Amino acid sequence: MNPLSLARWQFSIVTIYHFFYVPLTLGLAIFIAIIETKYVRTGDEMYKKMAKFWGKIFLINFAIGVVTGIVQEFQFGMNWSEYSRFMGDIFGAPLAIEALLAFYMESTFIGLWVFGWDKLTKKQHLAAAWMVAIGSNISALWILIANSFMQNPVGYTIDPETGRALMSDFGALVFNPNVLHQFPHVLASGVSLAGFVVMAFSAWHLLRKHDVTFFRPSFRMAAIYTLVGSVFVGTIGHIQGQFMVEHQPMKMAVAEAHFETEDPAALSIFTIGNWEQTEEIFSIRIPTLLSFMTYSQPYGEIKGINQLQAEFEETYGPRDYVPPVAINYWSFRTMIGAGGLMVILAFLGVLWSKDRKLDEKKGYLKIMIYAAALPYLAVTTGWILAETGRWPWIVYGLQTIEDAVSPNVPAWNVALSLALMTVLYTVLTIIAFKLAVKYGTSDVAIKAKE
Amino acid sequence: MDLNTIWFILVTVLFIGFFFLEGFDYGVGILMPFLSKDDNERRAVINTIGPHWDGNEVWMITAGGAMFASFPHVYATLFSGFYLALVLMLVALILRGVAFEYRSLRDDPVWRNRWDWAIFGGSLVPALLWGVTVGNLMRGFAIDADMNYWGGLIPLLNPYSLLAGLVFVTLFTTHGANFLALKLEGDLAERAKKFGFQAWIAATVLTVLFVIWSFFETDILTKSGINGLIPALLAAVALLLAGFYAKSGKDMLAFIMGSLTVVFATIMVFMGLFPRILISSMDAAYSLNIHNAAASPYTLKIMTIVAVIFVPIVLIYQIWTYKVFSARVKADPETLVY
Ligand code: HDD
Ligand code: HEM
Ligand code: HEM
Repeated sequence: MNPLSLARWQFSIVTIYHFFYVPLTLGLAIFIAIIETKYVRTGDEMYKKMAKFWGKIFLINFAIGVVTGIVQEFQFGMNWSEYSRFMGDIFGAPLAIEALLAFYMESTFIGLWVFGWDKLTKKQHLAAAWMVAIGSNISALWILIANSFMQNPVGYTIDPETGRALMSDFGALVFNPNVLHQFPHVLASGVSLAGFVVMAFSAWHLLRKHDVTFFRPSFRMAAIYTLVGSVFVGTIGHIQGQFMVEHQPMKMAVAEAHFETEDPAALSIFTIGNWEQTEEIFSIRIPTLLSFMTYSQPYGEIKGINQLQAEFEETYGPRDYVPPVAINYWSFRTMIGAGGLMVILAFLGVLWSKDRKLDEKKGYLKIMIYAAALPYLAVTTGWILAETGRWPWIVYGLQTIEDAVSPNVPAWNVALSLALMTVLYTVLTIIAFKLAVKYGTSDVAIKAKE
Repeated sequence: MDLNTIWFILVTVLFIGFFFLEGFDYGVGILMPFLSKDDNERRAVINTIGPHWDGNEVWMITAGGAMFASFPHVYATLFSGFYLALVLMLVALILRGVAFEYRSLRDDPVWRNRWDWAIFGGSLVPALLWGVTVGNLMRGFAIDADMNYWGGLIPLLNPYSLLAGLVFVTLFTTHGANFLALKLEGDLAERAKKFGFQAWIAATVLTVLFVIWSFFETDILTKSGINGLIPALLAAVALLLAGFYAKSGKDMLAFIMGSLTVVFATIMVFMGLFPRILISSMDAAYSLNIHNAAASPYTLKIMTIVAVIFVPIVLIYQIWTYKVFSARVKADPETLVY
């Protein structure tokens, strides 16, 4: 394999692993801060135990989120040095700001949270919980500002001498319209994911009638929390889709396997295309629905893959501009499918957890143990769509992926690091999963001495 | 002063923070398996940095990010060039970070022992590799006209840079022992001091060797005339005083002097580099300096504003955290936080 594909494999594997941990951090930090707020308001010791119990799960996850993040910070220089040279002016700034505003905050206050239960006053301790929650989400905001530039470049000029991109308007970079969708979508995905994880462990205990007075309220709070998150993530996602048609029409075309331009355009339910990615072989479609979803009216043109390919060639020169259709098409469907199921399951949870009825819904509780996989599936496929749908661009319209890779790193170096990281991350993930299950299904944290 | 110089200074400050804080962190990690006799003692040693290590590590992350923002070519050249060294360091840091959180989650001596070695290796390897990196920065390496280094790992492991690595390891171990003398109690603190003094002897000998060799191998000490020697001399005096105070039981002063050694040594390196950042051994004209490697004035201006506002805020809450956890840690299962 050439260094380029190795570097791409490396980036996708370490980043997907990183983002496997990130959304639980984002969502659970807020959840714990809310619970601790209840504790401080009511003085009810149960809420303190709850904060500690879910805090344990949080920490098991957080540890790996942090260490995988270190790799993220350095790998642009390691594998994508040409990209770093070309874009450093713009991309380095939000990355440094993220570290300065967010990483210091979350890492310092998590130390205070863990070790400070009897060194801080109740209110100080609560403040630490909120600082962790806010810090994590500020971190997401800044990294998404960086990512949004790559999706939708704004506020830059190209230096005529060096050909490098230079920042010309910091405000435009920060208020990139892409961020306005991406950040709430990611934040809400973290909220819904954390709720599902809490519900899964609570369901396990409720099925066995362990500590029901502890897990019933946990389940209920998580159900409400996650219902809000899931509805929100879908709503924003819909708006994101509309934005995508306008700014990255090729991504929507491949996500819909939409080969020929249509007006009004049909929405695909199930499509199989040919190997060359130029036409469909078999398809079930609902007429007009794609135009309707995009423009909120029963007409409107949606460009197809083939026309977009021709337009790109005219603007940027001849080459292949079609991202992998099948990957994007199925990622899009998996994410939305998971999102739909999540809304239904969360709604039932809110409905049934109002009283003791929940304990009797054995089938539902069993499903909820495994349903925690849904949001994980959705976040992963969501990123695969967002990132592979941008192919062949690393910065949309400005730099292609092959121009971005480090020229001086030999393939075997990348292969070695890819192998090391993959094995290491996989082993750590198995360990983290086992520890989380061990703690989540035991009552040590609840029965622990004060 | 132009913005490029200000950013050179700011990057220096971030590295000072990094080497000062992570210096004793790594030192504690290196000493941990040798100081403590049982699990409670190990936990006590770990808890001296338990609330702080992640916040300390962010100094390294920020130094990396700030370099990306202010001198993107340095970030690109250094990290792609030192690829395998960096991979090794990342693996070490990953294991170390996870070990702090996971070692206590199972009550099984084999499990804990494995993670303890991860803490040890995860502290030793980055200390060594940062030393090797600094050695190569001082000496220069083969950067070509396109700002790329093609040589791979082997040329970076030259004897001079390896000696720099050993200097870092022994200095950080001393620094860690000085820190532990302040944070632990009784017998455990005494053992830390004993190890610290041995490490100090090794650090002093190696540093002297290194300084003499640097004089012939690099232009760091001589380039800016007598000026470059001032921080070098200050570092040497601080190092000698650190040993003196440690021996006479003045733990606080020993820690302060050890810290000053790290601070002045870092200043010496960066002063000697200025205005270059990465020295090319192929041709002086290929070196990356604060002008040809820098981001645009606009980006530097924005980043200056951000840094001026937020660096002090970070300092305030980090210092406050050290205040909150200023009490000595007892190896007593009743009070230890796991
Ligand atoms: C700040 C920039 C940035 C951010 C926040 C993300 N990505 Fe990304 N992504 C890139 C910058 C990038 C990139 C550097 O532009 C890559 C590398 C090669 C490429 O195709 O684009 C990329 C590729 C890439 C690929 C492979 C695409 C391909 O090979 O064609 C995947 C699957 C992801 N990313 C997934 C993610 C996930 C799960 C993220 C969540 C944390 C994520 N990305 C955040
Ligand atoms: C590819 C670009 C990315 C880089 C360079 C990066 C960098 C980092 C670094 C260095 C850390 C460790 C900080 C510490 O020690 O506390 C980290 C953790 C974190 N990152 Fe990323 N990150 C990336 C992508 C993302 C994305 C897309 C998000 C969210 C939307 C995100 C959210 C977080 C959060 C919440 C943490 C806290 C630790 C945890 O996950 O539990 N990161 N990241
Ligand atoms: C239910 C309907 C949903 C719709 C219509 C939807 C829509 C979208 C769209 C269009 C994108 C691509 C944005 C772009 O690249 O321009 C996206 C990305 C993403 N989605 Fe969804 N989504 C839905 C549900 C979910 C759910 C349930 C989750 C997770 C729990 C999720 C997590 C993500 C993530 C992490 C990304 C990548 C980041 C981003 O680009 O915002 N989505 N979504």
